[in-house]
Amino acid sequence: MDQSYIVPFVKSVQNVFETMLQLPVNIGEPSLKNQGEPSFDVSGIIGMSGDVEGSIVLSFPVTCAERVVSLFTGSELEHTHEDFADAVGELVNMVSGGAKAQFNGKQVSISCPSVVIGAKHQVHGRKDTVCIVIPCQSDAGDFNVEVAVRQVPVSANT
Amino acid sequence: MKVLLVDDSKTMRNIQKGILAQLGYSQIEEAADGLDALSKLGAFSPELLLVDWNMPNMDGLTFVKKYRASGGASPIIMVTTEAEKVRVVEAIKAGVNNYVVKPFTPDVLAERIKETLARVTAA
Repeated sequence: MDQSYIVPFVKSVQNVFETMLQLPVNIGEPSLKNQGEPSFDVSGIIGMSGDVEGSIVLSFPVTCAERVVSLFTGSELEHTHEDFADAVGELVNMVSGGAKAQFNGKQVSISCPSVVIGAKHQVHGRKDTVCIVIPCQSDAGDFNVEVAVRQVPVSANT
Repeated sequence: MKVLLVDDSKTMRNIQKGILAQLGYSQIEEAADGLDALSKLGAFSPELLLVDWNMPNMDGLTFVKKYRASGGASPIIMVTTEAEKVRVVEAIKAGVNNYVVKPFTPDVLAERIKETLARVTAA
């Protein structure tokens, strides 16, 4: 994967969490995700299409997700609450939208978000696209942004 | 002031409702997508609309075009993650009066709402 696609996600996740939650996020060393490696317990997932395609996963342990959602919504919501997934979906929507805006000159669309809740679930993207895990540390707990995108070859868009 | 909030995220609608309440606006109707919003226009004539872009069933841009084509003249603020300049231009051409990129602080949204309404009053 072109490493230039990682920096926009780093900037975007920090901007979203700082602006909407007043929660600073420190970024660790990005690494390659191994095939079949589980995500955390709560994952917000968004697809990208256009000049860049793939998927973005914002993945949290349950306790971290509940803290983050509480900060975002202003009320204590457990992961079983009907509005919990909506909040996680909106967070991954903002992170993905903010990142794609930094893909200079690229026409990219994002899908509506999906949210998966369950221990040790796996998220599988395209087999021909590597997934980079961006570790994030915050006072609400540690979480990951998983980025599996690739630039679409020009011939595929013509 | 009657305000229509169009966003598929209930969380986002609640955040916007809180900001509107602080500005003194309490006559608020909500819609989860463009189609839902169109269906509510008959019974609720909004004086201000806050519209998301990416939504299921009917996206915000399509809704704005349909609203304007049907004679809807109230000011519209697009509140969206779509931050690229080309998108902003597309939205303005469709009839959007102002634009707020998510994520936003309450102050930014409140300021855009006041600015938009002031422009309409001055026109």
